[in-house]
Amino acid sequence: MDVDGEELTAQETALYDRQIRVWGADAQRRLSKAHVLVYGMKGTVAEFCKNIVLAGVGSLTLIDDRVATEEAFSSNFLIPSDENVYGGKTLAQLCCDSLKDFNPMVRVSVEKGDISSFDVEFFNKFDVVVVSCCSLSAKKLVNEKCRKLSKRVAFYTVDCRDSCGEIFADLQDYKYSKKKLDETIECHLQYPTFVEAISIPWKALHRRMSKLYFAMRVIEKYEESEGRSAGEVSIADLPGVLKLKKELCTAQSLNESHVPDTLLERLVTNTTEFPPVCAIIGGILGQEVIKAISGKGDPLKNFFFFDAFDGKGIIEDISDSNAGR
Amino acid sequence: MASSHSHSIADIKGAKVLMVGAGGIGCELLKTLALSGFRDIHIIDMDTIEVSNLNRQFLFRQSHVGQSKAKVARDAVLKFRPDISITSYHANVKDPDFNVDFFKQFSVVLNGLDNLDARRHVNRLCLAADVPLVESGTTGFLGQVTVHVKGKTECYECQPKPAPKTYPVCTITSTPSKFVHCIVWAKDLLFAKLLGDKNQENDLNVRSSDAASSSENVDDVFERRKDEDIEQYGRKIFDHVFGYNIELALSNEETWKNRYRPKPIYSKDVLSEELAPQNGNVDENHASDGGLSVSAMASLGMKNPQDIWSVNESSRIFLEALRLFFTKREKEVGNLCFDKDDQLAVEFVTAAANIRAASFGIPLHNLFEAKGIAGNIVHAVATTNAVIAGLIVIEAIKVLRNDIKSYRMTYCLEHPSRNMLLMPVEPFEPNKSCYTPLSLEINTNRSKLKDLVEKIVKAKLGMSLPLIMNASSLLYEAGDVEDDMVAIYEANLEKVLAELPSPVTGGTMLTIEDYQQELKCNININHREEFDEEKEPDGMVLSGWTQPVSAPENKDKSIGNGASTSDATIAAAESEKDDDIGIVSPLKKRKLPDDSDISKAAAETKNHKQLQVIDDEDDLVVLEGNLDGFKKRRL
Repeated sequence: MDVDGEELTAQETALYDRQIRVWGADAQRRLSKAHVLVYGMKGTVAEFCKNIVLAGVGSLTLIDDRVATEEAFSSNFLIPSDENVYGGKTLAQLCCDSLKDFNPMVRVSVEKGDISSFDVEFFNKFDVVVVSCCSLSAKKLVNEKCRKLSKRVAFYTVDCRDSCGEIFADLQDYKYSKKKLDETIECHLQYPTFVEAISIPWKALHRRMSKLYFAMRVIEKYEESEGRSAGEVSIADLPGVLKLKKELCTAQSLNESHVPDTLLERLVTNTTEFPPVCAIIGGILGQEVIKAISGKGDPLKNFFFFDAFDGKGIIEDISDSNAGR
Repeated sequence: MASSHSHSIADIKGAKVLMVGAGGIGCELLKTLALSGFRDIHIIDMDTIEVSNLNRQFLFRQSHVGQSKAKVARDAVLKFRPDISITSYHANVKDPDFNVDFFKQFSVVLNGLDNLDARRHVNRLCLAADVPLVESGTTGFLGQVTVHVKGKTECYECQPKPAPKTYPVCTITSTPSKFVHCIVWAKDLLFAKLLGDKNQENDLNVRSSDAASSSENVDDVFERRKDEDIEQYGRKIFDHVFGYNIELALSNEETWKNRYRPKPIYSKDVLSEELAPQNGNVDENHASDGGLSVSAMASLGMKNPQDIWSVNESSRIFLEALRLFFTKREKEVGNLCFDKDDQLAVEFVTAAANIRAASFGIPLHNLFEAKGIAGNIVHAVATTNAVIAGLIVIEAIKVLRNDIKSYRMTYCLEHPSRNMLLMPVEPFEPNKSCYTPLSLEINTNRSKLKDLVEKIVKAKLGMSLPLIMNASSLLYEAGDVEDDMVAIYEANLEKVLAELPSPVTGGTMLTIEDYQQELKCNININHREEFDEEKEPDGMVLSGWTQPVSAPENKDKSIGNGASTSDATIAAAESEKDDDIGIVSPLKKRKLPDDSDISKAAAETKNHKQLQVIDDEDDLVVLEGNLDGFKKRRL
């Protein structure tokens, strides 16, 4: 059972009592040795950071050089509302200051730079990398770099628009244990990369595939082709987005009704995050990262979608092995 | 509803919400409400902050331990949202100040509670005040959010909730088969007998007094004689409960025909005859003398709460813990109650439960686990609470918009069901026979308590031996009552409602109970001056009563019922948990086939209709047809 024989301190046992009762002392030890990197400090990532800092990861590194604005704190409770405090500081710095306070046993720090500019070696320091609000090309690039390392670095993307949210996970070649009845059984999952997953022909996906999956790909593609940064769309872009949707559906031989115009309209109109959805997506992502680190319990493979509209939180397996079902 | 949140801003800004509970869900909820634009939030919580809260109740810090949760949560949120109004109450939601009129001022009530009792109370007040309630609960990775709007959806009590788990007396005293039975025995019988109130009745002797030995002598065993050496006293207790009592039980062959025969354990078998040589270590405890920090583990040099003790170790802890209670905390002996945060009490109970478990061939457990069982500790993680809080706010906004068709109960699952980790289900219709709450129109200045008892309680509710309470004061009790009380009750019967010692007037909620029938209900009193003699000959009108209430099931003879010990103390592993089990109960109670399949079953029962509704909104009616065509093409 013991991975490395080191015992939790009395302080850790007292603080983490309630969660050790959920995932065990062994998982708690693994958590305390894990290093997590996040990029894109908006509301959803703020929620995620809170969750894993409370859970007691070893360290958390934040990257986001953007300077705080009034819009930034609308859904991010880590940023103080006083302009005298936030003025001039980067989002990462402000969030770091707040997060440090949550759990003195977690090292929280800031790294400066553009996520795309870091070399492969940089990512070697981490066990988990989470990126948010970044372009399609940046997602691909970071995912690729994580894959190049000899150790397994779990890669996640997370985004919320309007009252919708999406999580993608690449755990590479992932082995874990789970309890079945009274036995503990070993399981093995093969994950595709982000590029591999989104390259699967749409018509090969099962017919009840979440509409949000297609809609997010359309918007992602639109932002890339227009040279916009993530979330930089408005209602004025709707005609262009709808046109692109038509083209993609035709190219992929997918009936257009799978990507409802009303959904696309919601996603381009309201690019700010909806705080309850940030809490939900940040909570699910936190849980997934804890699972991935502890190697306990079924992890989600490999997309998660939530839409407050219908209230469903759906897992979709979008991988080669699953295509055509 | 094209853009689901931008249109709600006016509803949100104008809303006045009441949050009950500032714990795990409460902290997350208060934060999410503030971020979502709510500007007038009231929050009630009677608890103070503990260290074990800090892993998830993120508004609290180490330095806040001991302070009011409601107040600290308020201050923390005002730091990032200084321009909103948050009102905190460090109080019990059941306090009379929080009456129907108090509830009426809110647009919606949001529950983040940890016990069935308070949930029921808030549910009743919400129904009486006609304020929508969003209810929630979590345990570990599981959680649920439900919406209760009077007349639109079922109320929290429309379906019976599982009663706290109780165990038959003889399972605890004579035939334990699970570790929890040993814990209940150690905590509610042995600990209570040795260290708690001596006057309380206790079933610990049931077995031995059945036998030939004189019961007086048996009782004496537990009494420490004046100047009796503590080590000898401890060994005497040890030999009596783990040795002698087991031997007595074994003498009844019938009991063990199809059972594991327990082994008596005597102290001389597991410990050396020498008195344990811990006197040298005693000094270590002097520094923190008398407080909750006294520890038998510490004085025996044992550290890790995750280690399972051998019978020898448990025995040493047992004697040492007893010694420490009688030497370091002697003032408390005789009025101690088990508390999961009392280290020495947890050590004693863990040791005693493990010795008993060893005797009965039941697997041993470490202190960490034993503490969880004995203290009814609920598994809790931050992430589930965060998700549930998000779902509560989404439902609250629907309630404010009066968007009845969109209301959902949502289950947060550990294992996806039909690909869903968050599973929305349409709320159920109100249960017409739900007894909560009734309302009675009556002239409180003219009708006597006697009229109420005869015309309503007996004639309508069908109670035979009713007990009538107004808040905490007892107005009337029928049946086996002490003589001096009979006179008071007789006098009360002749009094007009408004002139009772605890006056019953418009707005009062009476609790009426019949223990024999195990029936309990609440009646909201509304004062009315005149009644139509022909149509309303009783001079009072009861509404909300449609059919006789069936008494709750589950009344096997249990230790909490047939015996002296109260339900509350003996009910193991439930007091905080009942709510969480709710994830099973609302489905289970509808007689769906299998617990393990609850989610699937729920989806099956409800999904059909639900999908149609949702698809409708999403222009999917067309898609349904197209999908079929699409499938054919693919094939």
